[in-house]
Amino acid sequence: MANDHKMKAFRGEPSIFTSTRSEESQAELKVKDLTLKFGGITALNKIDLSVHDGELISIIGPNGAGKTSLLNCISGYYKAQEGRISFNGKDITHLSTNHLAKIGIGRTYQNIELFPGMTVLSNMMLARHVHYKYNVGQASLFLKNVRNEEVRHREVLEELIDFLEMQSIRKQLVGGLPYGTRKRVELGCALALQPKLLMLDEPFAGITLEEKEDMVRFLVELNEAWNQTIILVEHNLSIVMSISDRVAVFDFGVKIAEGSPDFVQNHPQVIKAYLGDTS
Amino acid sequence: MEFFLQILANGISLGFLYALSALGFAMIFKSSNVLNFAHGGLMAMGAFIFLALSVWAGLPIILAFALTLAGSFTLGFLLEKFFLRPLIKKTLIYAIMLTLGLALMFRGLLTFIFGGDIYSYPKFLPETLSLKWGGIQISAVYVAAFIIGAVSLILFGLFYKYSSQGIYMRSVADNKPAALSLGVHVKRSFALSWAIAALVCAISGVLFGIINGVSVHTLNSIGLKMLPVVILGGLGSIRGAILGGITIGLLETFTGGYISSSLQEIMPYIVLVFILMVKPYGLFGLVETKRA
Amino acid sequence: MHKFQFRPCGNFRTSYQDELAIFNTDFGRLWISIGILLLFGVVPFISSAYILHILNSIGIYAIAAAGLNLLIGYTGQISLCHGAFFGVGAYTAAILLVKGGLPFFLTVPIAGVVSAAVGMVFALPSARLKHLYLCIATLAGQLIIEYVLVHWESLTGGAEGIVIPNTSRFGLDLGSDRAFFYVIFICFILMTWIAVNLTRTKIGRAFVAIRDNDRAAEGMGIPIYPYKLLSFAISSFYAGLAGALYACHMTSITPEHFNLWLSIEYIAMIIIGGLGSIPGSAFGAVFIVTLNEVLNHIPEYLMNIGISTGAELNIAPLQDFFYGLAIVLFIIFQPKGLAEVWRIIRSSFRLWPFSY
Repeated sequence: MANDHKMKAFRGEPSIFTSTRSEESQAELKVKDLTLKFGGITALNKIDLSVHDGELISIIGPNGAGKTSLLNCISGYYKAQEGRISFNGKDITHLSTNHLAKIGIGRTYQNIELFPGMTVLSNMMLARHVHYKYNVGQASLFLKNVRNEEVRHREVLEELIDFLEMQSIRKQLVGGLPYGTRKRVELGCALALQPKLLMLDEPFAGITLEEKEDMVRFLVELNEAWNQTIILVEHNLSIVMSISDRVAVFDFGVKIAEGSPDFVQNHPQVIKAYLGDTS
Repeated sequence: MEFFLQILANGISLGFLYALSALGFAMIFKSSNVLNFAHGGLMAMGAFIFLALSVWAGLPIILAFALTLAGSFTLGFLLEKFFLRPLIKKTLIYAIMLTLGLALMFRGLLTFIFGGDIYSYPKFLPETLSLKWGGIQISAVYVAAFIIGAVSLILFGLFYKYSSQGIYMRSVADNKPAALSLGVHVKRSFALSWAIAALVCAISGVLFGIINGVSVHTLNSIGLKMLPVVILGGLGSIRGAILGGITIGLLETFTGGYISSSLQEIMPYIVLVFILMVKPYGLFGLVETKRA
Repeated sequence: MHKFQFRPCGNFRTSYQDELAIFNTDFGRLWISIGILLLFGVVPFISSAYILHILNSIGIYAIAAAGLNLLIGYTGQISLCHGAFFGVGAYTAAILLVKGGLPFFLTVPIAGVVSAAVGMVFALPSARLKHLYLCIATLAGQLIIEYVLVHWESLTGGAEGIVIPNTSRFGLDLGSDRAFFYVIFICFILMTWIAVNLTRTKIGRAFVAIRDNDRAAEGMGIPIYPYKLLSFAISSFYAGLAGALYACHMTSITPEHFNLWLSIEYIAMIIIGGLGSIPGSAFGAVFIVTLNEVLNHIPEYLMNIGISTGAELNIAPLQDFFYGLAIVLFIIFQPKGLAEVWRIIRSSFRLWPFSY
């Protein structure tokens, strides 16, 4: 057995992903009549949205349309005044952020939220926190099961590091990495949580073309080969239109259109929201 | 009834002194977000400088007071220059710890020089200042405190609101990098706020010294009491400091008058814990929110 | 086949298990074994009673400081009531020993648990607060506990304190300082080991996450509030355990020892030793206790060489001054504390004599 824990140069496909859908990786999100207000401003107005298992849905819209607010509502940072959110048939409207992460909703942030003073590996270990199965007492004595858990999850993380091609920066401090690489590390952290539903908030913002291409490759592989359910919030329309299964368009807190990329591109209200009133 | 009114009067006057002292505390917090644990130390420094000048050196009161103010102003300035400035770029926790270190240094130095004894100033406030309504009496020192306090509160309020330096100081507190890039002289801003705070500390230290006698330990514990005062009022607001000061003053005198005098010292802290339990940002504090 | 590694020129480990080890090299393991052997086999027999007494104090302070470092250095929660928790532990132990007649080996862990419980009670409101407000809430906690220790006279003996008769110090006959040395340092090594274990598992990582970025930590599924409570509980457990040892070490305790300045002294220890470093807490304890003793002896020394007549020179208040100065100088010049100094010294020796 001991040999199994030897370090390897490359591990192939990440074992935490499976191409067959099981009960465990099921992700069905339903948002119903969600209304969020900040004082007098209505950030979200009666939003309905459903995300089906295994699909990549993009949310687009001008600045201030409520895209990020919706993600914040789903991941529990904001509490909506009205409406319900359910995940796999369970009402999650009032769950706390950490609980939501535990039941399988992972996300990245618009302005990278990582731990700059820690290495890439520690960041990912942190992100995998909910999967480590031992308690304080066992940890304080560093019992055998604690060591085994640490080693087991380290292997999983190494697979992810291979997948995201981050081998060379594994032990570097996140704070010292360039912006684009940090975006990738953040994706790694979100994946380390092994989420059923992955929400990405502008993963393509502010990175170079090569980094965008890499990121697209990762997302497409995640979605198509491993059936990862993804919600993507993004401004870059050419990427959105080429990789999404479905696109929802927001404007001023209202969902103005939803459908296939082609449908949305030709929708008059969308054109109006992006290009202004041409009549 | 007379007892009640007397206690009320005592409470309000004591509260006003607290408010004045809390002003110095709030000023540092406002400009640099640092909780100044050396507040009591600064008060004691002011009080002892005044003691040394007026009693030992035998200078006239006015001159001694003016020199005390000048001395404290310089002290605050130097403190910032030599101790806090190197920390501008570091995390807040270090600055707070540093003020703890300064508090220890002041305490050690002053007890070494003056010992733990209580000294008192000669009587120099004219008796005509004291007020009397029926059985209720407010002694001269409280009236003097009220006048000095009110004048400084108004002055500093106006300073922060309207003077350009005051606006710079507020901008630095709000967002240091942004203020820097707009050309605000952040270092000068910090130095000035520490200097002014030390000055206010010295005034309130002297006033407390007149009332209770000058002792390192008392002034230190009064310095700590500024924490419940500013928390009650909400950190870093001048109006909050006044409200908090008066509330704590009343709370203390009423506890002392009606419940027990040994509880008097601890009561503000008990109330503080309960308030924080219900309202984690104080009674008038702003809730800090961060966008995702 | 285990190959002994003494001078690593890089990371050549072949299994993930190796990366979890506390000591990177066998060299480190060898040194620590020699150190422990010397500590237990030689030190108690060559030291005078006075030195032994100081070593015992260092051991006790180091335990409590390690707890505080978990709270402040790792979790980032500034606590100003560590001294009070230390006092709670000391009083619990004293009361159990004197009034309850419990054996020593039971009272020490019980004192730790009681202190942890008290710590959690005060953390209940505090842990919801952000750091500045938390800092103030713990100050209130310190003063309230101090007040209770003085005024609950039936239990604590008021300002007089409690005297622990020598006979009731231990169930076993361990009355001497030398025997107590073993008790303290076994506790010290055990508690340090536990602290190191906590920091290299998910618990420690969660603490650091809360310190560095609590929003992101929450998004990663780390429940903030329970972990803050846990951190408070662990740190006050350490304080309580150390306090219990302190009560037995000093044989009499009075409330004024456990005041705010003790809490600040602990903060001084971990800053000087190094925030976020468990060995650093021990360095800090050594530094503070040594400084203390040196200052105590200065008047004597001055008297001996005839500079002062001695009697009226009371240098004790200057202790505070020097603690403060030490905190200030360390924060400004070496914010990572003695642990960092030690690391620099070690790494410059590591490649000696080819140190390029």
